Amino acid sequence: MATGHFDHLKSTYFQECGELLDSAYASLTLLSEGRQDDDTVHAIFRAIHSIKGGGGAFGFDRMVAFAHVLETLLDLLRDGRMQSTGAVVGLLLRATDALSDLVAAERTATLVAQGFEDALLAELGACALQGLGVVPPPVPRVAASSSPPGAQAVLYTIRFMPHPGLYRNANEPLLLLRELKRIGDTTIRAELARLPSLERMEPEDAYIGWTIALRTTADLSRIEEILDFVSDDCDLSIERVPDTVEIAADDAASPAAPDTLSIPVAKADQEPRRGEGYVAPTSVRVDVQKVDRLVNLVGELVINQAMLVQFGALLPPDVCPGLVGGLATLSQHLRELQEGVMAIRTQPVGSVFSRMPRLVRELSTQLGKDVHLVITGEGTELDKTVIEQLADPLTHLLRNALDHGLEAPDQRIAAGKPAQGTIRLAAEHGSGRIVIEVSDDGRGIDRDRVLAKARQRGLIDDASTPSEEEIDNLIFLPGFSTVDVVSDISGRGVGMDVVRSNIQALGGRITVHSRQGAGSRFVLSLPLTLAILDGMIVAVGRECYIVPLTNIIESLRPQSRDIHPVAGCGDVVAIRGDYIPLIHLSHHFDVPGAVSDPARGMVVVVESETAGQVGLVVDELIGQQQVVVKSLEENYGAVDGIGGATILGNGRVALILDVAGLRVTHPPRPQSTHLVQERWR
Amino acid sequence: MMAKRVMTVDDSKTMRDMVGFTLRSAGFTVIAAEDGKQALGLLASNPVDVIITDLNMPVMDGVALIRALRADPKWRSVPILMLTTESDAGKKSEGRSAGATGWIVKPFSPDKLIDVVNRVCG
Repeated sequence: MATGHFDHLKSTYFQECGELLDSAYASLTLLSEGRQDDDTVHAIFRAIHSIKGGGGAFGFDRMVAFAHVLETLLDLLRDGRMQSTGAVVGLLLRATDALSDLVAAERTATLVAQGFEDALLAELGACALQGLGVVPPPVPRVAASSSPPGAQAVLYTIRFMPHPGLYRNANEPLLLLRELKRIGDTTIRAELARLPSLERMEPEDAYIGWTIALRTTADLSRIEEILDFVSDDCDLSIERVPDTVEIAADDAASPAAPDTLSIPVAKADQEPRRGEGYVAPTSVRVDVQKVDRLVNLVGELVINQAMLVQFGALLPPDVCPGLVGGLATLSQHLRELQEGVMAIRTQPVGSVFSRMPRLVRELSTQLGKDVHLVITGEGTELDKTVIEQLADPLTHLLRNALDHGLEAPDQRIAAGKPAQGTIRLAAEHGSGRIVIEVSDDGRGIDRDRVLAKARQRGLIDDASTPSEEEIDNLIFLPGFSTVDVVSDISGRGVGMDVVRSNIQALGGRITVHSRQGAGSRFVLSLPLTLAILDGMIVAVGRECYIVPLTNIIESLRPQSRDIHPVAGCGDVVAIRGDYIPLIHLSHHFDVPGAVSDPARGMVVVVESETAGQVGLVVDELIGQQQVVVKSLEENYGAVDGIGGATILGNGRVALILDVAGLRVTHPPRPQSTHLVQERWR
Repeated sequence: MMAKRVMTVDDSKTMRDMVGFTLRSAGFTVIAAEDGKQALGLLASNPVDVIITDLNMPVMDGVALIRALRADPKWRSVPILMLTTESDAGKKSEGRSAGATGWIVKPFSPDKLIDVVNRVCG
């Protein structure tokens, strides 16, 4: 019971850590773009401090130690004792990356390699010391000599260089350093010069040494006593630093080489100031499952309401005059309730966007490219489920942009562009959907190469001459990959086809626009929520189906002369000179009693990324309606061509069509509409 | 935080009681054994954080106990403190090379004992 509670606390803590890191990243981004205000550094400090505080409670010592050093540097920035130069911000970003790794390691209970954070600790320490060196410390040096005699603190420099076998007697230098800290103020610098490369490292050997500047009122004998047990297993020197050269001693403690690190160890009583800028939490944490249950219930309610409205319509108006008005009010409140409940599930897309700067930073370093990532619209809200599923496709698109899209700096200069490439990640609302764009100012899609590759892979006909747009869209075909050498960055065997199918699984669409030499733009259009869908109800025989409105291009009743049978393709319909293949839903779903002549029924022209445009032959259009999507996959099993089910106002179940999937079970057209057109000329 | 567990190994009951009393009053949990062999037996089923052992004991002495413990991966990184006397320089270095973490010179004050135990077991 107690353990369960503890685990619960822990998981809340990790969730919080994620949010805190996100906010730290957001503030760091402001800082790096010079858009900070007075609170920016405070906000980062608060975030890191909260992570550290919680971590301490759970005993995540390593993470806490790291956060502490990071916090020390932030404290200097916060007090204005240091300036946030580009180098400092860069360091803070990398340190935040490392902290987020350490947090992740604690969360997943995985071990982080020993020494993982050491180099960064060294840099942070050095940076902090430098900051201290530039600006005179608040307390003048002479103050030390004015302190009462007898209690006068003395500065010692202790060099503690363990022999490799130090740990064999179960001595723990950390405890000794802690003990030294207890008797005075310490500045501890780790000497990493003897640290071998990982493959040559003996796990049980000691490699790291320390130089400790200790200001204490304790006797030399006390210091010797603390280090007594290890004195045989290390090179040890303890020197008293005369008062007159005190400043020089501090200089000695400032690192000369990058392989040393300085950690100003804060005294235990240095509690951070609370109250200033502390914002009381204004949100409530709710289990997602509870929200989902609510969403489901509201969905049922909407169906119920639709039924009531239908029954109400059957009654003569004079039987119960209040009923119609009451139902109308009910409908309106219900719509508001539904929107309110859906809003609970939405989150700013920033929660996934905020992971991207790190990716770009790391990749650009790895690839030797200078990249500026511009993020806009991170406050745009959409369904949590959609956001969660968005991370992978976005990561892939950004990787592609960095790896394939952007040129190397020298190539960019040669092409008359700035050496620094720009990648934009933008989100905005657009007609009931969210539009997310990933664009770069790189080389654009090399159409000749794409076409050649597509022909080589047999993805298109040798004789065909696709338009530029069609060529660009070839990259979404399964089995297409332009890079021959699989690179570590983007070519992991996951192609754009997977990105597209991921986006489609979310009810979204992806398109690409590219200009050679000027860059590419990937546009993702996503539904606001997966739980509700705007649909067109169509009748086929005695069955009803829902066609998602977003897929529908137009509906029409074709003339008999526009219908043409094509061998191996079924029928096509000619619409303004284009030939569009027809799918008879009655054949497809084996529904008896339906209209088989398209000229006597209706054709709903739909479009999907995989299938292009197709015409669905139905009996008639019944009407447009918002439907609550019930997963068929969860309750029954996945069926090609069916995206889900819903319950109509009359209580009947209607299947929601998955237009992209419909094509799979229909005899495939050999080529795109374009080629069909060719054949008919 | 859980109380740290200490094992004291000494053939002298006075010493065992003294160490036990001091450490218990400082918040430690203490298990006592009369010699190395008994200590090994008890340790098999009682994990501890620190071991404090006398060196001169019947049946199995302190150095042999330290060697036996260090040979077992389970006990390789557990601090072991020896109780020595000023005149016992030879034994002390023998104990160190066997793998003792530190030592406490008899006679010692209760404060000193607590201080040393804290220093090695964090």
